[in-house]
Amino acid sequence: MTDKKEWPLWEVFIRSQHGLAHRHVGSLHAPDAEMAIMNARDVYTRRNEGVSIWVVKASEIAASSPSEKGPLFDPANSKVYRHPTFYEIPEELGHM
Amino acid sequence: MTGQDALFEYLLRLSDNALILGHRLSEWCGHSPALEEDLALSNVALDLIGQTQLWLSLAGEVEGKGRDADKLAYLRDARDFRNVLLVEQPNGDFALTMARQFFFDAWHYLLLRELKGSKDARIAEIAAKGLKEVTYHLERSRDWVLRLGDGTEESHRRMQTAIDDLWMYTGELFESDEVDQAMAREGIGADLAALHEPWLGLVRATAEEATLTLPQPGWAQRGGKRGIHSEHLGYILADLQFLQRAYPNATW
Repeated sequence: MTDKKEWPLWEVFIRSQHGLAHRHVGSLHAPDAEMAIMNARDVYTRRNEGVSIWVVKASEIAASSPSEKGPLFDPANSKVYRHPTFYEIPEELGHM
Repeated sequence: MTGQDALFEYLLRLSDNALILGHRLSEWCGHSPALEEDLALSNVALDLIGQTQLWLSLAGEVEGKGRDADKLAYLRDARDFRNVLLVEQPNGDFALTMARQFFFDAWHYLLLRELKGSKDARIAEIAAKGLKEVTYHLERSRDWVLRLGDGTEESHRRMQTAIDDLWMYTGELFESDEVDQAMAREGIGADLAALHEPWLGLVRATAEEATLTLPQPGWAQRGGKRGIHSEHLGYILADLQFLQRAYPNATW
């Protein structure tokens, strides 16, 4: 075979049985999405029932640049109205 | 042959298929085409070995001679193994392994689906547990037959060769002897002949989609279920049983 293509890299996100959100758990190589999901099952979940798997090609992910860390993330700590931490959330509302 | 003997024999067949195929798959460990595939093959092997343990424990119980799963796995010789010839065939290339897996998985899936309704609750329970795993095995092996068959010229050629080479071992899967018939009659085992059509349907549809040609029905190699094996099984057992033969009854 002359045309040995490298399988692309996929990032894997998994929501566990009682988890609330998908969490990034790692990456793997696979020829396409279907195989990436199967492989993610074997590599990252040991096929536990009731988990949800997302895979996304690593090339589809846009990341923030570390050099812009300052302007992007420095919180405006002096402006208290930006941090609505003093509201009380009623119990029955659950997770927000 | 008493009912108890037939049941013991039947359980050995179930367990030996899983044991020998599980062993074959474990030979791939660290040698697969990709890391992810390596893990997947090992997972399937582990599933099958797990099923073996359940079947063999039950077989030992039914036999009632104090042989546990270990004794049955490690201290029987080739003549006493009851696996079908298909599962003892060498791994060959990846295509051959996947063709063997697909033929077996499709059959195993149909069989366990029947055994899930077995009148013997212990068999029904093991079958139900195994069926979940085998459904996944089938999904994977079928997928690989499609990918390789409908892949490159080279992968197509290899997959076609694999199917041609293994075809003569598929007939044995559907043959019933007096043990199978007795078990089926009592509602404990499955009617193997009745699995042939659904199996062929699945295999034919997959081959078609994979642009592969199924060989004409022809002569079937048989004997495994009666202990008449190919020369491969002896080598497998030499590997598998060495330690237990060298240090019998050691605790591990």
